[in-house]
Amino acid sequence: MPSALGRHPGEKIEVPPPPFTEGAFPCTDCHDPEIPVNRTRRPMEMAHAEIVLHHDEEHRWCLDCHSAESRDKLHLASGALVDFTESYRLCGQCHGDKYRDWRAGVHGRRSGEWNGHKTYLLCVNCHSAHAPKFQPLKPMPPPVRPEGLAGRGEPK
Amino acid sequence: MKQTLPSRREFLCAVASCAAAATAAGCSDLTHTGWFQSRFREMSEAEKKDLVAGLEKSNTARFGKEVTVGVEPPMAGAEFGYALDISRCIGCRRCVYACVEENNQSRDPQVQWIRVLEMDKDKGVDFAHADAYYDAEQVPRDGHFYLPVACQQCENPPCVKSCPVGATWREKDGIVVIDYDWCIGCRCCMSACPYGARHFNYAEPQIPAEQLNPKTHYLGNRPRSKGVVEKCTFCIQRVRNGRYPACVEVCPVGARKFGNLLDPDSEVRAVLENKRVFVLKSELNTRPRFFYFYGL
Ligand code: SF4
Repeated sequence: MPSALGRHPGEKIEVPPPPFTEGAFPCTDCHDPEIPVNRTRRPMEMAHAEIVLHHDEEHRWCLDCHSAESRDKLHLASGALVDFTESYRLCGQCHGDKYRDWRAGVHGRRSGEWNGHKTYLLCVNCHSAHAPKFQPLKPMPPPVRPEGLAGRGEPK
Repeated sequence: MKQTLPSRREFLCAVASCAAAATAAGCSDLTHTGWFQSRFREMSEAEKKDLVAGLEKSNTARFGKEVTVGVEPPMAGAEFGYALDISRCIGCRRCVYACVEENNQSRDPQVQWIRVLEMDKDKGVDFAHADAYYDAEQVPRDGHFYLPVACQQCENPPCVKSCPVGATWREKDGIVVIDYDWCIGCRCCMSACPYGARHFNYAEPQIPAEQLNPKTHYLGNRPRSKGVVEKCTFCIQRVRNGRYPACVEVCPVGARKFGNLLDPDSEVRAVLENKRVFVLKSELNTRPRFFYFYGL
């Protein structure tokens, strides 16, 4: 039985593709490495205007996670580069407890086989990296009350 | 004076012999399906095979698509457990409807195996003040939390003890199952279950043919008939083939965890070992295999 968990170091975790905005990736399509990087913290106007940061916005901004040198990658606090498919390593730097729970299967959602092959959702498949709070949903309809069930009481 | 009554089997066999005599046909091939069907639990593999072949044929004809009826036995070394994170559940009821579709519950009259209870944060887990009929534009609603309830797959199941005909029992992998063909519809199990997990088909269950899930198990989601009791089986047709239950895969907040209690690497074990866990109505000593926990 293959170990189902990503608890063990170096173990490969299968994840779905990161939820990129259409046309946004690869970043180097627009971010030409020749153009000097503007490192000033500022609201996005020319591009990415739709991104309004609600994720510790007082302290963070784009280049804390996105690499300015290798545009198609993220980076850890150490400077080590990380692919978008492994963004959980980046999230896990601050949210260590959630990262631990996610690897154990306690946080997050998996599909597949309880005793075999599983797919994990990435953090960003549920939580937008730029505004991670989970959004409320419209609930599905409530059940019919017993008096309303077919075959009970007066015919409708 | 002590009287000995014929058993159901003896009685039916006697009737069968009369019928056989009348029609001059042999009765040996009639003894394990239809009227003369014995208990599923006591059937030989060959009898089971015959039985499901018949069921597949009649359901395929009825729904106009190929229906399979599995009889997969418990897997060796597996005992199932479930854990639900009530600090995450937002009460969206996606699980309720995924369950209805997967398990072929009647659409009309409505049968739903999962009931999501809305509770007051101030009151805590309190069934007296729970509301299953909440409706809202958005959930979660302020000041509330949500507690979905279905069969708790008790290790000490009161429903099983209450069944006068032995139509429901606990399997080796911990799933409490019902033989719908043996159920007499007395509903003793429904009153014995402290969780309201069992549901009765008061009328002929209606499922539009195009919505029928054709992959079924004899002890699980195969189409039922009027007058029998049904309930959650952890999606026996899925989990005995290694898959997660449907509710686990649909829950948008990932509140639902399922796995093998005997596997120290399973998600449920991680929950049991690291989180604050409780079971419903523990004072009744039913020993549920369905756990609730606080993941936050
Ligand atoms: S799908 Fe998940 S969040 Fe929605 S009611 Fe069911 S358990 Fe709760």
